[in-house]
Order: sequence, then C-alpha cells, then structure tokens
Amino acid sequence: MGSVLNGRIMYKLTIEKNTYSCQPDETVLDALLRENVNISYACKKGSCHSCMVRSPDTLPPEVAQAGLKNTLKKHSYFLACLCHPEQDMTIKLPDQSEFYTEGTVVVNEMLNRNTLLLIIAFKDAFEFNAGQFVNLQRVDGLTRSYSIANTPQESNTLEFHIRRLASGRFSEWLHDEIKAGDTIAVSEPRGHCFYLPERSEQGILLVGTGTGLAPLAGILTDALAHGHSGPIYLFHGSREVEDLYRIDEMRQLVEQHQNFHYIPCISGNHVPEGFTHGRVNEVALASLADLKGWRVFLCGHPEMVNQTKTMAFMKGASMGDIYADAFHVTQEKK
Amino acid sequence: MSELQETTSTQTLYEKLGGEAAVNAAVDIFYRKVLADYRINRFFDNSDMEKQAAKQKAFLTMAFGGPNNYNGQDMRTVHARFVKMGLNASHFDAVMEHLGATLTELNVPAELIGQAAAIAESTRNDVLGK
Repeated sequence: MGSVLNGRIMYKLTIEKNTYSCQPDETVLDALLRENVNISYACKKGSCHSCMVRSPDTLPPEVAQAGLKNTLKKHSYFLACLCHPEQDMTIKLPDQSEFYTEGTVVVNEMLNRNTLLLIIAFKDAFEFNAGQFVNLQRVDGLTRSYSIANTPQESNTLEFHIRRLASGRFSEWLHDEIKAGDTIAVSEPRGHCFYLPERSEQGILLVGTGTGLAPLAGILTDALAHGHSGPIYLFHGSREVEDLYRIDEMRQLVEQHQNFHYIPCISGNHVPEGFTHGRVNEVALASLADLKGWRVFLCGHPEMVNQTKTMAFMKGASMGDIYADAFHVTQEKK
Repeated sequence: MSELQETTSTQTLYEKLGGEAAVNAAVDIFYRKVLADYRINRFFDNSDMEKQAAKQKAFLTMAFGGPNNYNGQDMRTVHARFVKMGLNASHFDAVMEHLGATLTELNVPAELIGQAAAIAESTRNDVLGK
C-alpha cells in the first residue's frame, strides 16, 4: 500500500510504465500536473469533465465520480480533480496507446446494397458491453471505429455492420479486399452507450439511422436477455428501404417478445407497405407522448443524434437517461 | 454527522434545500425551462448537453448556497461574450424566473426560495458586466 510521509499516507499512481507519488491531501490532478504529466484540465472543480480518466483495476472513490454518467461510473471513469486516492491506483489517460487483439474474419457478406456484415472471431472471449465500439486497425496503421452489433452471450465473436462510404478508405477495404481467414487488429471496447440491468420496467426508446442499428440491436438484445419487462421501442430509419436491413429479424423479434415494438421509417418518397413515412426521430417523438422516466439510446447520423438528444430531453427524459452515440465520418486530408 | 447538526437552526441553506440531491433534481427541470424559453435559449449552446448540464449544476449549487469556487471575476469572464451578443437585464430576469419556478415545482418553502434567489441575484452585475 502507500508509503508514509509525516504520518500521512502517500499513494502510488501508475500510468503505463511510470509511477508517481500522490502527496497527502493532493488530488490525482494536482499530483500529475506537479509531475508534468500531460493531462487535460480546466475548471478543477468537477464541472467541465476535461480531466476525466479511468482506473480499470480499482474502483475510484465515489466522490471522484460525482456527476458522471452511470455507464461511465460502471467502467471506473473518474475526475482527477475530485480524486483523493484511498489506495494505490493504476490510471489510464484518454489518449493513451490502446491494446490490440488479433481476430480472424469469419463472415463477410452483404446485408443490403451498401452494408457489410463483418464477423470477427477470437481465441479467447472478448469482454464488452453490447452497444460499445472498438477500433479496427489495418496492418498499415489505418484505424476506424465501429460499433459492436452482438451481445457478449455470443461466444468469442464480434459482429459489425459496415456501411460503404464514398471515398471511405477503410470501408472500401473491408468491402472489397478482406475475406474470411484474414486477420485484423481489434482494440479494447470503448463507449458509454450500453444497457445497465436496472429499472427493468423502464420504457426504452431506441432511435437509429443506417448502421446505427448495429449498437441498438446489441443493446435491445441485451435488455431482452436480462428480462427487461418495460416497453422497448426501436425506430430504425433511412431515406430508402434498400438502405434498411435486418427487417425480417426485427419483425420476428416482435413476434417473440410482447414488449418489443419495431417501427422502420423511410424519409424518402417511396414508402412500401409496413413502413412509416418520415424522418425516424420525428416519427419516434410523435409516437410517444411523454418520455419522463424513459431510457433513450440514439445512434447514427450526428445531426439526428444531437437534435434528438435535445428533443428527448424536452419531452421529459432525464439527461442521465439519454445515451447518444453519433457516428462521425473521419475526414482525411488527401 | 452529530445530532446537533440536524436541527434546522444550525443547517445551512444548502443542507435545508437538500444538498446535491436537490441540485440533481432541479437541474433537468430548470434546464428544460431555459431551453424552452425563446427569450434566452440562444445563449445556451445545447450542442453538448451534458457539458451544459454540468454548468447548470454549478450555477444551482452556487444559488443554493452550496460549495462553489466561482468568484465575481469568473462570472464576468464567462458571460462577457454573451454581453457582446446582447445579454441584458431582461435575460437575467428570465433566468431568475425559471429558478423560482423550478424551486416552486419542487415544493420548496417560499422563504428558502427567497434566500436562493437572493444569492443568484447577487451575481447580476458580474454576469451583465456592469
């Protein structure tokens, strides 16, 4: 445990290969800044969240997690400026180099005209929460983030839904070149958009565009597997029906679970039977009168996600109950 | 906590209002009122709602007489760009309105609402850069 200075305990802070001493009464932020560690910060009182870091091996003191989202707390994130260590701590900074595991491509087949189903298998079980994302990395270092579509109950595999983007170097490579048997490097899972098994009678609203279905499918499967009894509403939208996918599977899930509702939405002009016309978030919010007490998951197009966050909040959902995962497209300078 | 601290006469305003739990209960209600108010919502950048919520919590903590590190200069500095955008007394009044309405909705006794309002009111000149 810690060493003693003038009768007061100093704990050790370990970051990668370096160890620092946290003086008695110092916060983690104080100690790291004193040691010239490159850590972001601003308000130094727990409001701005700039100094958020993680301690994967030890649970940080509760007070150091004040104001953080429940899913972040679950993964041991905390605010360095509020943390007086109560034991030695191993700390992960946000920009630290990631650990990659090698996986093997076992499935790559199209789900619709522009979305690829990619399944990667691992030797050992891959630990994650349904709804999180990972970085996939090519041998030349090119890296992109993709959301996991399956739940941890499925053995040793990760499933992804990859949309082909015009001039998308990585998605083009995944669509055109990779094949079963190839290996690919996969980072640790990240993200705070996942299901916590609590308040199982709570209504859950899931709204997604395009491959936003990937994390949402994982989350709702996870919720159902945990016996979530409250109503679960999935609104999945795109401009054209050809860009939706897993439609039959979702309809089947409706047959199997009385509390699951699936509303596929088309914003363009050709709306086949069984689909709802309109923008997915507008349809969703028009369908549910009041979101007070609901949990809301939003995934996909950044504009939709940001707009809908506010709309859901204004309709009564508590800020802590809104989980947003905006799929930003990496713009690279050519 | 000693029994002595639990008698109303020695409690701080913050404790009487319910401390951090009260702030958490108030922030969603207060922020919804602010976002719905066309007179002032343009001053609240809601592209990052969680960051905004953290600021609202800090404001409410201060207004409830709770622990805070904001000084007059901080208030002046962070609101300076809004003053340039046209922030004036009417906007401050609108926010005060919503603070009162939020505490009323939470069934806080009028006397305590008055005390919290007084604390918030004391920031007027710093906020408006006067």
